[in-house]
Amino acid sequence: MTAIDPTVHLTAEQVEELGRELDAIRDEVIADRGEKDADYIRKVISAQRKLELVSRGVLLFSIFPPAWLIGTAGLSVAKIMDNMEIGHNILHGQWDWMRDPKIHSTTWEWDHVSPSEQWKHSHNELHHTYTNVIGKDNDLGYGIMRVDEDQKWHPFHLGQPLWNFLNACFFEYGIAAYDLELGKNLHKRRRKNPEFRARAKAVGRKIRKQVLKDYVIHPLLSGPSFLPTLGATFTANLVRNIWTHSVIMCGHFPEGVQVFERRSIKGETRGQWYLRQMMGSANISGSKAMHFMTGNLSHQIEHHLFPDLPSNRYAEVAVKVRALFEKYELEYVTGPLPKQVFSAWHKVFRLSLPNKKPTVKTPNREKELVAA
Amino acid sequence: MTSTALRSRAWKLLEMVTTPLLPSDYLDLVSPLRAGADLRGRIEAVRPETGDAATIVIRPGQGWRGHTAGQYVRIGVDVDGVRLWRAYSITSPTHRQDGRVTITVKAIPDGKVSNHLVRRAKPGTLIQLDQPTGDFVLPQAKPAKVLYLTAGSGITPVMGMLRDTEFDDVVMVHCAPQPQDVIFRNELHELVADKKLRLTEVHTDTDGMLDIARLDELVPDWAERETWACGPSGLLDAAEEHWTERGVQERLHTERFRPSIVVAGDGGGEVTFSSTGKTVDADGATPLLDIGEEAGVLMPSGCRMGICFGCVTPLKAGAVRDLRTGEITEAEPGVLIQTCVSAAAGPCDIER
Repeated sequence: MTAIDPTVHLTAEQVEELGRELDAIRDEVIADRGEKDADYIRKVISAQRKLELVSRGVLLFSIFPPAWLIGTAGLSVAKIMDNMEIGHNILHGQWDWMRDPKIHSTTWEWDHVSPSEQWKHSHNELHHTYTNVIGKDNDLGYGIMRVDEDQKWHPFHLGQPLWNFLNACFFEYGIAAYDLELGKNLHKRRRKNPEFRARAKAVGRKIRKQVLKDYVIHPLLSGPSFLPTLGATFTANLVRNIWTHSVIMCGHFPEGVQVFERRSIKGETRGQWYLRQMMGSANISGSKAMHFMTGNLSHQIEHHLFPDLPSNRYAEVAVKVRALFEKYELEYVTGPLPKQVFSAWHKVFRLSLPNKKPTVKTPNREKELVAA
Repeated sequence: MTSTALRSRAWKLLEMVTTPLLPSDYLDLVSPLRAGADLRGRIEAVRPETGDAATIVIRPGQGWRGHTAGQYVRIGVDVDGVRLWRAYSITSPTHRQDGRVTITVKAIPDGKVSNHLVRRAKPGTLIQLDQPTGDFVLPQAKPAKVLYLTAGSGITPVMGMLRDTEFDDVVMVHCAPQPQDVIFRNELHELVADKKLRLTEVHTDTDGMLDIARLDELVPDWAERETWACGPSGLLDAAEEHWTERGVQERLHTERFRPSIVVAGDGGGEVTFSSTGKTVDADGATPLLDIGEEAGVLMPSGCRMGICFGCVTPLKAGAVRDLRTGEITEAEPGVLIQTCVSAAAGPCDIER
């Protein structure tokens, strides 16, 4: 937490008024949701499937370098679409209102090693409820990194630039491990917990299927192109992982984003909850294509305010949300992707070392962090 | 290895290729009406019948098993992006050469699906279909004398029968506000001209509602006729009473389109959708189907009037009230409730 609370100038009434104004923005979109939105997601899903099919088809001939290049690029984009604009958003329930059982958060499964069910729990329930609350929101550094001065430094953190890089390369496995709370659950006693074992089994099944598809079946189908296809799928997964990791890092890690203490969310009002989402998230600026490829998580602030609004609406919502930031004199953290990625990585490096100057800590707060 | 076993092996392999999607997810892109796909249909034409009714010509998918005259079909239509299911009687004859089926829809005030189908549906649109069902049908042995007693869109299942089967002696009494509101009027009058039908039109705007006692005068031998009646609850209630009084109730067959909803007393309560983990407050008058859908739970649904059982869901705890009869159902192992005509009667737990 920064030394000066950037929301200190707001009165309690103002915070509640802000909450009402945000509710009004939300209601407006919900009242207007309709056929155009449904057409949008159907079109995206259909485009993703066609792109994946064509790319996999081209990769059957990946022994020829141009085919390898085109197929790998296509498959990378298809995988990114599947994860971001489609998977992430459907699993948030953004499209449940269509009542189409094929495009519903309870039935959707994505091309990712973390099963939908587990991801929905750790992401939708825990991360989105307790956004940026130290000790409650494990997305803060994914339990392997220190991303705020207030988190206790440990020599383990010296290696965090490396952990972060490896996490980026194998991000989907990192997420699966994270959803399983592997660090906590690998302790001898917890390992035997039947509930954990069932979840671990589900992840195992999912990994087996995905690996079999990407690294055995499709290469085998390619015959003489076996190895190039294997390399192509590996590359596509790598590209997808690094891309999604970068986008996700930009959501909560760049400089200017606030983190919160456990105590601060006790008895939080709707207005205060909104305010925490506003202060705890950061956007990426850019073109329509950029917003699309990030699954509209470039509108992370809007997404955190309204996680269940259809993603194609975040751009128009952002204009109104930004006006509220200005009205209430709050900082809207945003910037182009390279700048935000740099900022987030810079923080990872900086916090791998202990704090330069010890922050002023109240005894209470110290206790809080140790308890966390 | 048998060919079936071989095919199922091949399919399993194909599933490994497409995981986590299914091969059908890709096949649906190119051939949504193929055999083996979820049953769908394509709207091929929308033909106006009256000012507020239209016939929808549907090409069903290859899995369509065909219907019996008088049956209805549930269709799922996307209205403003939201998939809504309704049931409509099939109006085409069973022997239609081109394999198409038709439903005839009357736009009812505030009816989301009916207004959409009559006024906005476009040829080429895919809709979801169920297999036809319903027992408002003719018996195997053709009855010698038949009476059709219909009102409004209640004529639709009867038209399916009239187009399908010829009778030696058939009388129809049909009620509609004005002559131009009579659906299929031209076709009915052609049948009359060919002496295939005796028809009495009751125009309720000028003649007033049909008094069931007038049947003695309109169709003196009504009690000897095998009768099929379809229309609003008021008409059907009166008919059932009339036939029962004369002790000929076994000759009367009725079909109700809309449930007659009794005004629920107080009640309601907290409803838990346990599989989804959602808990919401419900009043005692709103169907649990609507409550669930409002809360974002993917509820199975069907006719929304208590006839198709497409919405049945286990009631795990608590009690619900049947909105049509006021009857209370309490949770017990194996108890299924129709969520479209049941409301919370106190706190309850729905497995969804």
